[in-house]
Amino acid sequence: MEPKVNILVVDDEEIVRDSLASWLEEDGYEVEAVENGMKALERLPLKEWSLALVDLKMPGMDGIQLMEEIKKSRPDMTVIIMTAYATVDTAVKAMKRGAYDYTVKPFNPEDLSMTIRKILEHQKLVKENIFLRKELKKQYRLHDMIGKNKQMQDIFELVKTVAPSNSIVLIQGESGTGKELLARAIHDESPRREAPFISVSCAALTESLLESELFGHEKGAFTGADAIRRGKIELAQDGTLFLDEIGDVSLKLQMDLLRVLEQREFRRVGGHDLIPINSRIIAATNRDLKKAIAEGHFREDLYYRLNVISIHIPPLRERKEDIPLLVDHFVDKFNMEMGKTIEGVNEGAMRLLLDFAWPGNARELRNVIERAMVVTKGKTILESDLSLPAAAGRPGNHGKSLDDIEKEHIRLILGENRWNIIRSAQMLGIDRVTLYNKIKKYELKKPLGAEKEV
Amino acid sequence: MGAIDDDILQWLRSDLHAYLDLPVKAMDSLAIPEASFLKGRNQYHSTAILKEILAEVPPGAVKILGLIDRDLCIPILTFVFGEAQLGGTASLVSLARLRQEFYGLPPDPSLFRERLYKECLHELGHNFGLIHCRTRECVMYLSNTVTDVDRKERTYCRDCDVTMLSKIETGRS
Repeated sequence: MEPKVNILVVDDEEIVRDSLASWLEEDGYEVEAVENGMKALERLPLKEWSLALVDLKMPGMDGIQLMEEIKKSRPDMTVIIMTAYATVDTAVKAMKRGAYDYTVKPFNPEDLSMTIRKILEHQKLVKENIFLRKELKKQYRLHDMIGKNKQMQDIFELVKTVAPSNSIVLIQGESGTGKELLARAIHDESPRREAPFISVSCAALTESLLESELFGHEKGAFTGADAIRRGKIELAQDGTLFLDEIGDVSLKLQMDLLRVLEQREFRRVGGHDLIPINSRIIAATNRDLKKAIAEGHFREDLYYRLNVISIHIPPLRERKEDIPLLVDHFVDKFNMEMGKTIEGVNEGAMRLLLDFAWPGNARELRNVIERAMVVTKGKTILESDLSLPAAAGRPGNHGKSLDDIEKEHIRLILGENRWNIIRSAQMLGIDRVTLYNKIKKYELKKPLGAEKEV
Repeated sequence: MGAIDDDILQWLRSDLHAYLDLPVKAMDSLAIPEASFLKGRNQYHSTAILKEILAEVPPGAVKILGLIDRDLCIPILTFVFGEAQLGGTASLVSLARLRQEFYGLPPDPSLFRERLYKECLHELGHNFGLIHCRTRECVMYLSNTVTDVDRKERTYCRDCDVTMLSKIETGRS
């Protein structure tokens, strides 16, 4: 059964209220007719109104003033201004202030009927569109991962299949493709979802710190170890342990990890007791592990131990059809965080986003959208709000060398990450040594207030 | 209301009785209230006339349908073909715009008869509580033009018919 359509009629003339109400009720609408703006505003919060028919000339609050008041609390409500005294000025004023239509009494019944039907049809389409978009979003979403691209959809299916098991999963993909998000999705789809999800960034720590971080330590294990500290492996008991950037782990630690994975037990640093592991392990890397194996940087036996279930997340440039979905998702997310109501990006901005290569993948896209939402002045993100190298309002790249473009891009990424070297390198898809060399080459200087380099 | 040809009253009475299976009687004519004339618009205010009709409901009558050979309007609309109390007793149908002559065309008595019959069923449908129907061919479809009227069938659609019959049966019991 279709929901009832509620129409509010506001006119100081009783004969108009009564006759319009009867005519509309014959058409199946629920009508309330009131004689002035104050009464209309009292009725406003009491129902879901589809439409208001408001007389222009009324004592006290006139029709346009009433419409403006209505729009403050119900910006989406459709208002038709009706008057027996039509002038171009008032018509323009009414439309500029937000009236859907401005009609002259008496109405041609066919015109009024058609206008109301058109309004309701449009409202129905908008509601259906919102509903369908929500449904589509559900289909193209797995927890915080978004993708309608075929490879992504296959990954979502695979996640649902492997999540219930305890098998080790190895996630591979460039920096910023969402490896941690995917790991979390696997955890959330698994029976371990109520247990901890513990993440370890293997590239962020030195070998000894990583050892202590992973395995914990006993009191007195080394200078400064004043108490027992449970490592991440222990904290992840019953849950999921996520080893990010596993490709950056030293060979010595790789050996320790292999032993732990094979025997499913470990010792704290400086400890004697063997502690069993029952967490589920997910590892991730942006490195080409086979190449690392060939170069002697990664153990082949550890690779095969980790590579029980392998998932490769494609880079964003290989799934451009997901960019609009991701943009929508980020706009919604930042609207909530920033308390804004930005509606999206304009056509030109979307074209730029689609054309960009996204070396930093979805994380870079997220950062660009976040920045754009901070700087944009209107309800829609424009080309000038984007911080893409070719779209930042700087002079175009014509006449610039490849080095100039690279320097600019690296400076931008460093700036966005507040000179955090690890994050910047990941986003740029290069290792830290390469980044340091480029900083030196381009004589980039860290500004005051940036993070301490990591 | 005012003068209406007797043969119109007779065939309408017969046709309505045949379809609705209700006794239909013709009353003596009532004077058109002059106060209902809207000089500026050269039309008659149908709601005002409806009030007059309501005052003349004979005992035992379930509904009262007025016919008037004048152009009708309600103030908010440029014209109406008729008006009825939704779920009420009285209704009114104008013959004026159902004639081809109103549009500068040669008279067509059989077309006029069809249109009048349909509009009477439409307004009576409102009296029995029916609202406008979305089915274009149904007598309860909102007619804003004579083209709309001509497109309609002489009957209610199945859903409106079932509703109408149940209202009539409820009235009988």
